[in-house]
Amino acid sequence: MERQDPHIIIQPEDIDKQYHTLNLGPTHPATHGIFQNILTMDGEKIIDAEQTIGYIHRAFEKIAERRPYYQIKPLTDRMNYCSSPINNMGWDMTFEKLMGIEVSKKVDYMRVILMELARITDHLVCNSVIGVDSGALTGFVYVFEQREAIYEIYEEMCGARLTTNMGRFGGFERDFNATAINKLRALLKRLPQVLHEFEKLLVRNRIFMDRTINVGGISAERALNYGFTGPNLRAAGVDYDVRVMNPYSSYQDFDFVIPVGQNGDVYDRFCVRQQEMWESIKIIESALENMPQGKPHVDIPHIYLPPKHEVYDKMEALIYHFKIVMGEIDPPKKEIYHAVEGGNGELGFYLVSDGGRSPYRLHFRRPSFIYYQAFPEIIKGSTLSDAILTMSSMNVIAGELDA
Amino acid sequence: MTKDKLYTLLKEKLGDFVELAANDTDLPTCIVDVQHIYQAIALLKDEHGFVFLTDVCGIHYPEQLLPLGVIYHLHNFKTNERIRLKTFVSAESPIVPTLTSLFESANWMERETYDFYGIVFDGHPNLKRILNVEYLDFYPMRKEYKLEDPTREDKDNRFFGR
Repeated sequence: MERQDPHIIIQPEDIDKQYHTLNLGPTHPATHGIFQNILTMDGEKIIDAEQTIGYIHRAFEKIAERRPYYQIKPLTDRMNYCSSPINNMGWDMTFEKLMGIEVSKKVDYMRVILMELARITDHLVCNSVIGVDSGALTGFVYVFEQREAIYEIYEEMCGARLTTNMGRFGGFERDFNATAINKLRALLKRLPQVLHEFEKLLVRNRIFMDRTINVGGISAERALNYGFTGPNLRAAGVDYDVRVMNPYSSYQDFDFVIPVGQNGDVYDRFCVRQQEMWESIKIIESALENMPQGKPHVDIPHIYLPPKHEVYDKMEALIYHFKIVMGEIDPPKKEIYHAVEGGNGELGFYLVSDGGRSPYRLHFRRPSFIYYQAFPEIIKGSTLSDAILTMSSMNVIAGELDA
Repeated sequence: MTKDKLYTLLKEKLGDFVELAANDTDLPTCIVDVQHIYQAIALLKDEHGFVFLTDVCGIHYPEQLLPLGVIYHLHNFKTNERIRLKTFVSAESPIVPTLTSLFESANWMERETYDFYGIVFDGHPNLKRILNVEYLDFYPMRKEYKLEDPTREDKDNRFFGR
């Protein structure tokens, strides 16, 4: 005989309808960034979710309408700060497209190396964090040593690590020095071993597979409709990659594969990113091997900053330096859209120039801003712990989301 | 798809409500009347394979008769073509039809445009501010809101902790 309290009468259907609200974020360690999700929960099941974003909105587009072109670059590396060189060079290439400048193969290849290094850091962070959120902290700490090695190469190139502000319009301030080349070669030797071990830890791990397969999946059709790009779209089975569709920076010279997944779930996203890192290593090796000789920049004095020592004792160099930094470049009146394959997908720069010293309008197409809106649909019906995993596998970067 | 091909294609359906963009652009660009922008994009999506909405953003030209604009970037993956469509509205009734029924991705991009330019997207399921605070009573990306001038002298520094 079932015991029942005679004073409380609860029908079974009443229990099902008792939802509660849970605030996930804005500053929860599991969200890896500042965004809030207001979840409506039925027990542990998510019924509905509403996102609030904009906690670190810094008005980059407004600031860009006032700054000279040269001073906009530091804004770009504060968007996706896990792979800031891609943002920096995307902006450099946008400006070069506006001015109609062709850079040499040498610059292209150097950019390719640095952008692929940035892609590796981005994917390393994302994939190891998927591990952390499913309970495997070891891999995270292990691969961060390699991320550190890549940051040391950045340091040799530009002196900075996270917000790099790397390169110049028209090329680089310096070539890879001997230390950078040595570090790069050491990395290319060590990174494959680490990746192998990292994959051994997770890819066929029973617990990891159970936690990630068929979790947070999205179909190719829905993903396209939601504006997915990058690894998240490729995990759903669409082989769209800006590097191949609209090659920039001589990507057409390199032989690489676009990995695609099938189900668009957390596991596929993990595998696509993992495979992309292998392809990136291949691209870097090939670029390093076929690196052309020559100057790492163009010789156009009104675009490319003069060397610093000349600025101190040559009048022309000082004038050009001043004009470039203060925006006396005279760009043409033009409208352009330039896209690069960022860590998260198509990073676009829509630039309207009215011939003035700053852009009339600059809009950043931030990939994670666009695909993060699919999050409620993806997590509906799943459990809270799966939602955390889904979020980290989508690699939503708060800086890029809020601009 | 060339500029002229896009123009003739839209002209066939929409007649005088479409015109070629005058200024120098890198992509084929057309300006479509706001009453027909939904029809134009639906046509391009359903019949010409432009299934991917790359970007939606706003723009403000204060000196124009119709100062506020919305700019759409569309991408056809099969033929790898990108196009750009623009539509302009007046500041008094800045109403543009929403694309959320065609593309889910338009949802937040339109909210962002509303947030910064005050362009109202008719039929949008959840049109509220997205990056700025909800109680903001102006649209900050409009050109009349200047960024602070670092050399201005009319500010009372006591109020800013200096």
